[in-house]
Amino acid sequence: MKKYIDQGKNDTRSGYGAAMTELGRTNPNVVALCADLVGSLKIQEFIDENPERFFQIGIAEANMMGIAAGLTIGGKIPFTGTFANFSTGRVYDQIRQSIAYSGKNVKICASHAGVTLGEDGATHQILEDIGLMKMLPGMTVINPCDYNQTKAATLAIADYEGPVYLRFGRPKVANFTPVDQKFEIGKALMLSEGTDVTIIATGHLVWEALIAAENLEADGISAEVINIHTIKPLDEEAVLKSVKKTGCVVTAEEHNYLGGLGESIARTLATQHPTPQEFVATQDTFGESGTPEQLMEKYGLNNKAITRAVLKVLKRK
Amino acid sequence: MPKIEELQDLTQQVRRDILRMVHNVNSGHPGGSLGCTEFLVALYNEVMELKEGFDMDGEGEDLFFLSNGHISPVFYSVLARKGYFPITELNTFRLINSRLQGHPTTHEGLPGVRVASGSLGQGMSVAIGAALAKKLNNDDHLIYSLHGDGELQEGQNWEAIMYAAGNKVDNLISTIDLNGQQIDGATKDVLPMGDIGEKFRVFGWDVLEVKEGNNLEAIINGLKEAKSRTGKGKPVCIIMDTVMGHGVDFMMYTHAWHGKAPNDEQLKIALEQNPETLGDY
Repeated sequence: MKKYIDQGKNDTRSGYGAAMTELGRTNPNVVALCADLVGSLKIQEFIDENPERFFQIGIAEANMMGIAAGLTIGGKIPFTGTFANFSTGRVYDQIRQSIAYSGKNVKICASHAGVTLGEDGATHQILEDIGLMKMLPGMTVINPCDYNQTKAATLAIADYEGPVYLRFGRPKVANFTPVDQKFEIGKALMLSEGTDVTIIATGHLVWEALIAAENLEADGISAEVINIHTIKPLDEEAVLKSVKKTGCVVTAEEHNYLGGLGESIARTLATQHPTPQEFVATQDTFGESGTPEQLMEKYGLNNKAITRAVLKVLKRK
Repeated sequence: MPKIEELQDLTQQVRRDILRMVHNVNSGHPGGSLGCTEFLVALYNEVMELKEGFDMDGEGEDLFFLSNGHISPVFYSVLARKGYFPITELNTFRLINSRLQGHPTTHEGLPGVRVASGSLGQGMSVAIGAALAKKLNNDDHLIYSLHGDGELQEGQNWEAIMYAAGNKVDNLISTIDLNGQQIDGATKDVLPMGDIGEKFRVFGWDVLEVKEGNNLEAIINGLKEAKSRTGKGKPVCIIMDTVMGHGVDFMMYTHAWHGKAPNDEQLKIALEQNPETLGDY
């Protein structure tokens, strides 16, 4: 299989921060908002260079979403920043009415998604946000897998007209996608071709999927690995093409199996090409305190869990 | 500039529109609409600086945001009679396939509406955002917003009120429709809010009061006074005393007509109290 090299561990949120710095220099309409988490969102450089285009909202996420909606009226492109939990569940109705239903060009940028937020525990570890956001009509949902992809995604959504939910995380993880990649919203990426099983992964689970595929290869199993960074709109064509070849699929995400990427894939397959599928995801549970690695292990979100799911789904072919 | 008599005629015609719209579909919110008729007529026809036509960004003109979206009948009537869309379209209010949804929205592309409202408490935040965009664009036009008093029970308002004062959003004039009523009864019984004007004041707003919120001249003077206080480092709040259901005797001084349409007989009486002036839609 195709080999990927970790260029050095980094956090996806820093990819967001780096892109914001770049957007500050290149796009005068981009404005940033933050609800008292500048350090966590890595946007200090944007603020230093563009103080007039930064709005510190304070601990008032509902107001932040409304202000962002208002800023679009006048041609601004607002990027809101806070943790994923406070970017979605806390402000769902504000996003629903003032942004999604109103069709506002707001970029909801959410860090610290999933259990890999770590020690803060379940109050801060949202595992329902993809579901919440993908259910909103017109909302684009993107969950990049590493620093480089997060940076590219952030740059790309500035040029896209419409509301976007961009989900990224806190831990330093492998950075393996190309530095200057072109990011196409809604386009799946074929990472490694295979013939026995398709592994479709998003976010932090993509690197884990590659490790799993490598281990499976050693056991004589040929896994195809697809990176879905855009959960909505879903690249159904890429999904169908792959499963028609392999005949079974494992989806992997740092999210509840209810409402996540896996469900979107399942819907596509159920309606167009019924296929055995296994879900690597949290099992309708809250998270808890721990290190990211411990939590990924405990909640079945790593390469070992993916390998187990592959072995299971292969028996169902 | 319209004479006060012309505005009075328009006000009366808007009242007729409101009553006929809600009656036609046996739903909608006449009470608050009738209470804010003078305010919206004055705002759109005597106070705001507006461009011809409609574009979403609204650069180079004043903008208005209706936060208490349930008073859509008065908003739609004033917009239509200002020329944003044909007045005959008022006939489609709340009907299937209409641009005049129960609560205002951009979703169907109705000219004059810049954000959806209806789920309460969100409009001030949006207005602040639009005001900040005006400042970034060096556009010295103003942002106006309207909020129900009961609506202030929503916590997001207080985030917005705090933000606007703390960040000197002084190109914003937010008006509170102080009619003392909400769906379940008087605001003082449902959830007492104390002195709303004083609350805005201690949060750092410049607050003025319009005691006769159903008197056109009083409203115009109040809005012009508010306008003169903008650009001085503080957002401006108008506490506007109105009577819910104003202009229809049996709808006044009660919350009963907050969200209820008149029947045929009631409509007849209500319209007799508000004779046709500019022509019904």
